[in-house]
Amino acid sequence: MTHTPNQPASLPDIPKAPNPILQTYRMLWNDKFAFVSVIFLFFVLLCAIFGPLLLEDIATKQNLRGRNAPPFDFSTNWAYWLGGDALGRPLLARIIVAAQNTIFVAAGAVFFSLIVGTALGLVAGYTKKTWSQVIMRLADIIMSFPSLLLAVIVLFMLKSSVFNLVIVLAITRIPVYLRTARAETLEVRERMFVQAARVMGASTPRIIFRHILPVVFPTLVTIATLDFAFVMLAESALSFLGIGIQPPEITWGLMVSQGRPYLTTAWGLSLWPGLAIILTTLSLNLVSNWMRTALDPAQRWRLENVRKKND
Amino acid sequence: MTDHLLEVRNLSVDFHTSIGTVHAVRDVSWHLERGETLAILGESGSGKSVSASAILNLIDMPPGEITSGEILFEGRDVLSMSPEERRLLNGHRIAMIFQDPLSHLNPVYTVGFQIAEAMMAHGVNKGQTRSRTIELMKRVGITDADTKIDSFPHQFSGGQRQRIMIAMALALKPDILIADEPTTALDVTVQAQILALLEELQEETGMGLLLITHDLGVVAEIADRVVVMNAGEIVETGTARDVYHTPHHPYTKKLIAAIPGGGEMAEQLGTGIDPILEISGLTKHYGAFVALDNANLTVLPGESVAIVGESGSGKSTLAKTILRLEDATGGQALFEGRDLISMDPKALFKMRRDIQMVFQDPTQSLNPRMSIYDIISEAFVIHPKILGKQHWKTRVCELLEQVGLGTEHMYRHPHQFSGGQRQRIAIARALALEPKLIVCDEAVSALDVSVQAQVLALLTKLQDELGLSFLFIAHDLPLVRDFAHRVIVMQNGKIVEQGPVEQIFDAPREDYTRNLIAASLSPDPDIQAERRKASDDLQAAST
Repeated sequence: MTHTPNQPASLPDIPKAPNPILQTYRMLWNDKFAFVSVIFLFFVLLCAIFGPLLLEDIATKQNLRGRNAPPFDFSTNWAYWLGGDALGRPLLARIIVAAQNTIFVAAGAVFFSLIVGTALGLVAGYTKKTWSQVIMRLADIIMSFPSLLLAVIVLFMLKSSVFNLVIVLAITRIPVYLRTARAETLEVRERMFVQAARVMGASTPRIIFRHILPVVFPTLVTIATLDFAFVMLAESALSFLGIGIQPPEITWGLMVSQGRPYLTTAWGLSLWPGLAIILTTLSLNLVSNWMRTALDPAQRWRLENVRKKND
Repeated sequence: MTDHLLEVRNLSVDFHTSIGTVHAVRDVSWHLERGETLAILGESGSGKSVSASAILNLIDMPPGEITSGEILFEGRDVLSMSPEERRLLNGHRIAMIFQDPLSHLNPVYTVGFQIAEAMMAHGVNKGQTRSRTIELMKRVGITDADTKIDSFPHQFSGGQRQRIMIAMALALKPDILIADEPTTALDVTVQAQILALLEELQEETGMGLLLITHDLGVVAEIADRVVVMNAGEIVETGTARDVYHTPHHPYTKKLIAAIPGGGEMAEQLGTGIDPILEISGLTKHYGAFVALDNANLTVLPGESVAIVGESGSGKSTLAKTILRLEDATGGQALFEGRDLISMDPKALFKMRRDIQMVFQDPTQSLNPRMSIYDIISEAFVIHPKILGKQHWKTRVCELLEQVGLGTEHMYRHPHQFSGGQRQRIAIARALALEPKLIVCDEAVSALDVSVQAQVLALLTKLQDELGLSFLFIAHDLPLVRDFAHRVIVMQNGKIVEQGPVEQIFDAPREDYTRNLIAASLSPDPDIQAERRKASDDLQAAST
């Protein structure tokens, strides 16, 4: 070779890697729905973290004059702007306080089942034979058992606490991720770039986490956001049966079911917490939709070129 | 004005994408007569398929838009017809066959049903279709048509499937047959048979044949006239012979110059050098099926050894067993004196640095979610001993320059590159490990002819600079003629012949090798005509 390749001085213009944070922000700004959703979710998260600290007293204080108070009465204390519940407690404050339990249960269960299900699915998909068989039969057992029934039995035997609720809900949802992850892994592992990595000497964990997982992940995240709503409703069903979250603890699902007897006289009791569930799930869906596009390099231009097109 | 059977006049087609408007075809005019074969020649992205798609109303609109021009079939403008009129035309008067017969046949219906369906769609009585289908299948050379009619597409070979597609297209005796790369996915010997069949059928029915291809050899074999397209425009038209012998446009000249098989053949490397790779008795069974049977071969340092064979000949199995992607059933593969087959994982990991692979389709062999920098530097992540992390960027830049790519591409993703550029990236990735031997599995067969030549030149340059050895797997004989030092011919899992490149091409010993060479198409229409005559004589003599 004639040139001297090992002198860094001869290559002064090594391009800089694009700043990932700035890039993400720009892509988020270009999808206005996702942008609003992220702000909303951030707000929900703030409520979940700080709500009970700040509003616990207001939310639990009964005020018999405010029983089933109608919403939008702005002459009252701000906490009553969405009305009061059957015991005269302010709905707005209760929704904010309930965010903690709701988000903790739903996020915990979804996160846990996503992680465990994905991990098992990748293993089952990548390794042939024994392990795959064991994992898949376990999944079959969980799936063949009605999930609510399983939850009822387990929570009846164990003490019904928030933590146990999370675990039970997570276990019943694991097969969903497991089966999807396995099916996709089976397909991706045969792709040429996985073979190329094997030829380079890449270890099995590297192939699984660096090459297969990024391809499988967007699908799983989409399922997870849909599951978020399912878990919230399952939690409220269990709470309704008296084995989930128990009063005076509250969740949005519990608030919906508590408001049910008064639907004809005070619709706000069920509507506002229900709306909170809907908006949260909707936002998650929009964000996951955005994320799927943003994570795929071949689709990313859709988020990057918006401004050019408008010019 | 005299009526041509089919005439395309000043056709322009645009595709509106979010990146901007792409002019796929600009102001294109050509015509086709009865009994004539017209070839549209061009590389990928030249717009050669677009005008044919416009004829059959196969362009998605939007994003496509026909901005100007007309398509006259027997003097009537197809583009101004009603959808129902066009439907009656398509399949009935104008039929089409595609490149990949497997993806264009429905796997859940029998072939007999699918051929019959084409007829029923245009009102042929159901009772008559079966006998007519058997007749057609016999005509396109399917033996046992009486029983095969109830078989499913997967039960046929690639060549047979293409025959079935042809039978389907011919079901209603069309006036025009459009063939879009009809033989690209097929082996050379099968390709020759299919082209011969098309020619026979054309003589019989007098239909016009419109052939879309990237292969000058196919043009030389079958076409009367040829239209050369580049970047959406026609650059040259003329008879096949004129275009080959006296090309006018620089693009045509470049295309003809890029055809492999015309250059000097390489000298054999001297004897007395210790081989870098020595394979003896390598065998691979899949159950009872013998994919690779007792293969023996050697590769010298700095040598290019080509393995040539048709699909199913075991050449890819050979590569996979050497690289330990598949476990061999028996035999030895000594790399610098150490057996790859019985190597334990730790030693194998070290060996990975010395033997690398470049795959056939760079679209699939590069992880679509990783940037070019990540793809190439992965070698250093896996083998941390090669290079300290602070040097990675510099090294990736060097490698990109070495394979002829700009360093500004470093943070782009594979989908933003053309096929040839992607294969360069794959080569850069292989080079990152500083290997001694690179196995190229059909490394250029997915690329355009002119790009093929560039990539091969790059490989030769790298061999001169770095002293690499190549094990080059290909199905295309002319391609390896200019590149390889030695050639190994495989058939049905066995090595049937091996020797220096000159010996294989000038004095082949085995019939199979001779057949392979005879079946590969020369781009020169005159030579091709001679060859065809010779092979006809050969067949006449043998029967």
